Parts: sequence; structure tokens; C-alpha cells
Amino acid sequence: MSQNESYQKDLESIRNLMERSVKFLSLSGLSGILAGVYALAGATVAYFMVHYPLSPLNYRQESMRDGDVVMKLLSIAIAVLALSLITGYLMANRKAKKQGVQVWNSTSKRLVINLAVPLITGALFILILLWNGHYGVAAPACLVFYGLALLNASANLFDEIRYLGYCEIGLGLISALLPGYGLLFWAAGFGVLHVLYGTLMYKKYDR
Amino acid sequence: MKNPFDNLDKILEHRLRLQIVSVLVANESYDFNALKDLLDTTDGNLATHLKALEREKYLSVNKSFVERKPNTRYKITERGRTAFKKHLEAMEELIRQQKK
Repeated sequence: MSQNESYQKDLESIRNLMERSVKFLSLSGLSGILAGVYALAGATVAYFMVHYPLSPLNYRQESMRDGDVVMKLLSIAIAVLALSLITGYLMANRKAKKQGVQVWNSTSKRLVINLAVPLITGALFILILLWNGHYGVAAPACLVFYGLALLNASANLFDEIRYLGYCEIGLGLISALLPGYGLLFWAAGFGVLHVLYGTLMYKKYDR
Repeated sequence: MKNPFDNLDKILEHRLRLQIVSVLVANESYDFNALKDLLDTTDGNLATHLKALEREKYLSVNKSFVERKPNTRYKITERGRTAFKKHLEAMEELIRQQKK
């Protein structure tokens, strides 16, 4: 091996290490797909609970006035979130084992903190909105804060996550302009986008 | 013209030391066990080279206890960062020259 090749190999190894030490690369694309499926299922349940027999495409106003509906929707959203987190963790754990790395390392800890700050801020903000009766902007706020959280965490994840973040933010803002269609946008943002993104990631990194 | 080999950092010519420094340049700080996992090396080997880098003041050490277990965190110093940059530049220069 020439001296030159040896330097090139050194540079290559540095680059690889710097990336691996900053980015958490064990996130599974499949868990993204599943999170999307959970969200779509949750949105379907919510539709039958709240809208039915109205078509989901019909403009709807003030159907959330009664507190019971809000509680039901809130619990569906929390169930979807919890299921997605558990799936994400279990599958990341499996992928990390295959890669021969620890799932709970300094990179994933930083990732969790970077995600948690905007997400918890968003969750509290949305609860305050609901508390004050601003139901119409709750779903858009979910999308916007989630998008911001992804953007904030993108340094510690695959680069592509940034584009998912931008899409969620854009969708959230459009949704805020069309208050009657919150559920539809919610299903698009958390369901369809996750399935699409998860499929892309699965094809690119998991196979 | 000055020989570009002279610009190579003698300390960082060792691959593991170069790897340690590159991880510390990319991150705020890193602890001993995380470094060991990432670099896939042994306690003794890693400790020896960390000591060498510490002696050169390329990194600073912070010892503490986390849940009663000793935890040693390493941080790059300005001196270490400069040395890393110079070493990389020297390596790039060498590659460029040999390509001509």
C-alpha cells in the first residue's frame, strides 16, 4: 500500500467516525412505516367517532365543542404516539444489535433531548390551546411542532429527515388555513408522510 | 519549499489517536466507554493513547461519578483542534502532491 493510499484511508476513517459519533443510524425505516399505519388507523377510528356519517371531505365546523369528543381524540393521539415510540425503540434496538452498536449511547441520548424539547413544548402548547377552546388549530400545531422537532434533531439523524420536517411544517401551516379539515391533514402528515418516508428509508438503508 | 511531511503532526500519525481526536472534534465531549464502543478497542489500548493525548494537552479530562460508577469525559482543547486541522491539511497536501 502506498503512503498516499494510507492517508486516503485515514481520511476516510475519520469521516466515517465523525459521522457515526454524531448521527444515530440505527433508526429503522420499517418503524416509520408502522408509525404511519398506526396514525392512519387512529385517524380512521377518530373519523367514525366524530365525523361519521359525514364524508371526511366535507367541511365541518365546531363538532368538537363537547369535552367528551376532545378527550376521545386526545386519547387516540396519545395511543398512536405511544405505540409508535415503542415500535421505534424496539426496532432500533434490533437494528443496533445487528450493527453491533449500543442502542442507548451518547448519540441517541442527544437525539432524544433534541427531539424532546420541541415536542414537549408543543404538547404543552396544544393542551393550553385545547384548554382555551381553540380546537381548530390543535391538529395544525401538532404537525408544525413535530416538523420543528424533526428539524432540530436532524443533525443526529439521517439527512433525509430534514425534508420530512419541512413537509410536516408546510402541511401544518396549510392545515391552519383550513380549520375544518384538521383530521384529514393530521392523517396526511402523521400517516401518509410517515409511510412514504419509512418506505424510502427502508429501501435506502435497511436492505 | 518546505517539506509537507514536516507539517504532519507526530502525535496524530498514530491512527487510533487520530480517530480519538476526530470524534472529539465532532462532538462537544465524549466519555471513555462510548469511545471504547465506537472505536472498538480495548480498555488498555484506549487508555494509553488518551494519556498520550492528554500529556500533549490535546484534550482535557473531566472525572466524575455517575450512579457511583466512575465516568471520565474527554473534551478537545483549542490546541488539539488546531493540531487536528493542521494534520488534515498536511495529509491533503501530500495526497495532492503525489497525484501530480
